[in-house]
Amino acid sequence: MPIKKENNLGLHILGLLVENKPGVLNRVASLFRRRGFNIESISVGVTENPEISRMTITLKGNEQTLEQVIKQLNKQIEIIKVSEMDREYVERTLALIKVNATDSKSRSEVMQIADIFRANIVDVGKKAMTLEVTGDRDKINAITDILKDHGIKELAKTGSVAMSRGQKSIRGE
Amino acid sequence: MKGAEAIIECLKKEGVEKIFGYPGGAVINIYDALYSEEDIDHILSRHEQGAVHAADGYARVTGKTGVCIATSGPGATNLVTGMANAHMDSVPILAITGQVSTPMIGNDAFQEADITGITLPITKHNKLLRSASELPQSFKEGFHIANTGRPGPVLLDIPKDVQNEVADFEYPEKIDMKGYNPTYSGHPLQIKKACKAILEAERPIICAGGGVISSNASEELRELSELSMAPVTTTLMGKGAFDERHPLSLGMLGMHGRESANYALTESDLLIGVGIRFDDRVTGRLEGFAPDAKVIHIDIDPAEISKNVDVHIPIVGDAKKCLQKLNQKLSKAKLKKDDTNWHKKIKKWKKESKLDYNKEGEKIKPQLVVEKINDLSPDDTIISTEVGQCQMWAAQFFEFKKPRTLITSGGLGTMGYGLPAAIGAQVGKPNKKVWNIAGDGSIQMTIQEIGTAAKYNLPINVAILNNNYLGMVRQWQELFFDERYSETSLKDNPDFEKIAEGFGAKGMVIEDKGNVEEAIKIANSSDKPYVIDFRVDNKENVYPMVPAGGSLTEIISRRDAEGV
Repeated sequence: MPIKKENNLGLHILGLLVENKPGVLNRVASLFRRRGFNIESISVGVTENPEISRMTITLKGNEQTLEQVIKQLNKQIEIIKVSEMDREYVERTLALIKVNATDSKSRSEVMQIADIFRANIVDVGKKAMTLEVTGDRDKINAITDILKDHGIKELAKTGSVAMSRGQKSIRGE
Repeated sequence: MKGAEAIIECLKKEGVEKIFGYPGGAVINIYDALYSEEDIDHILSRHEQGAVHAADGYARVTGKTGVCIATSGPGATNLVTGMANAHMDSVPILAITGQVSTPMIGNDAFQEADITGITLPITKHNKLLRSASELPQSFKEGFHIANTGRPGPVLLDIPKDVQNEVADFEYPEKIDMKGYNPTYSGHPLQIKKACKAILEAERPIICAGGGVISSNASEELRELSELSMAPVTTTLMGKGAFDERHPLSLGMLGMHGRESANYALTESDLLIGVGIRFDDRVTGRLEGFAPDAKVIHIDIDPAEISKNVDVHIPIVGDAKKCLQKLNQKLSKAKLKKDDTNWHKKIKKWKKESKLDYNKEGEKIKPQLVVEKINDLSPDDTIISTEVGQCQMWAAQFFEFKKPRTLITSGGLGTMGYGLPAAIGAQVGKPNKKVWNIAGDGSIQMTIQEIGTAAKYNLPINVAILNNNYLGMVRQWQELFFDERYSETSLKDNPDFEKIAEGFGAKGMVIEDKGNVEEAIKIANSSDKPYVIDFRVDNKENVYPMVPAGGSLTEIISRRDAEGV
């Protein structure tokens, strides 16, 4: 009989529908913690139904172990649906980036970069500007890379939110 | 109605007759409501761990949900081992814990513990209630969750002010939980595939676990075995699911299983796992586990499929329902024969590797005690065990014939489980004989529960296989640690006879081989709890044995170990 083999580490995105109750996040996190997963990002928000919240979790880890965690997540009473985003999906992160801009030259450079990445400038100070950028992981990484030359003073990212493409919803409807 | 009264009302609605518990400040209102209650008997343990293990033993023998109560803080934390134990062995328990009043939660109040946080990974579900109006729904759901699907423990944490709060009481008829809907009937296509695989197999074997017992599927298991002529091996948790006197019975497999079972499993070409989770004590080294076998796995918990062992034909569903359908299909096919080369081979293995022990010498062999209990007690005797050598000898030398007759801590391996579990078992089955097969180490972990047995006149018998050692650890130290017996000697054991008598039970010390039978007969006819301190040979080891991390066929028999 074949025995399971270790898989390469890859990034996974999970979408969860959970009951909007205290302690549910703890249950989810605990299942990952026990198996040594480090959650890269997590975002939670109430859905169109106020009794149900949606979580998006991105993480790296061994696939076989992840499969076991997904099964265990499904066993939790307060977790309604778990779905791995493994086909076509849209994923977005929002980042706020405070970057050094001490003179008019650097300010205009930052504005150009913002333009290219379709980022919004949400605050301007005498020595710094704050950008708001939305996109997938690659785009956020690209703009932070470029802005590094100007000196990033502060970076705040939301967790990813993701949704599959097409008409099918996470509930399978 | 006050919350505390509502709690009792909920228990009555669920048909609860016996509860196990220990009062305290944060459950005093519940105990007050219980004071004038006539429909529910409360059994007072001597330690909360005793209450939860008793509820566990009660649940295992009756199939009903065991209920226990503990106060907040230390009372609740004393339940932790018992909850973990029930979780590992899939036993339905509903634990009620008191909690400090809602305004004080989180302020490190007197006797406050975050018990829902603590028990999160060791319960099937738990909940902190915040108002009395939540009580009926929470209890309805709690009992439903505990004893449906894969059973397990549920904990309801109820603050003191909620117990005092007045709310309308209406017990819900129905439940609707979005996130909980176990699958009971196996997929027809998968069952068809399984049927085909069984008909094609030349060397089939059935491996039955505790799930067969929880789903009351013993009859269906026997039918499957007889239709397919597949021999049956069981795990420790599966003991009793298949009559060990049946010609197709192979007995237990695994670390201390029978050689014949381990060999048969390894050479099989089809493994039918039913209600089993392929624990490491069962499989040994995974690479060597049933290397040539196609695997059919029937289990109600989808998370168990392909967790440890890769499965070719998974069937998620209730063992009883799935086996019924499978048997139905099989019965239409041509009946299998029982005189194939496979059966001849198994017969040969069984003959060559009978379980035995060295019967020579003056000293009482621990195996002899178990054998005699087997011979001198009724067929439906319930055996509870502690953990270690005593547990393995009980599993090896007692012949289990009926389901729900072995009550043992399989997954967690909890020393101190056997005595309180025996108490719960006796409460659940007052007319059956209950024996706890104990070691001198384990028994001391919950020995205070002899008092509980005495108080309620529960005629349980405790056989202490006293070798003045933590025997299983001593065995490992002998075999794998150059006989460096670090901290395993129990030469200063107390006088167990006096302890028993001190608690109001009966006690006896047996040092002569010749007195073993008589002692067992006396205990069996006693209407009081009996503790027998059998002074056994302290050199005796549990064989056969697969060394940790070894394959099932790397099994060391007694013949190998002792050169006989």
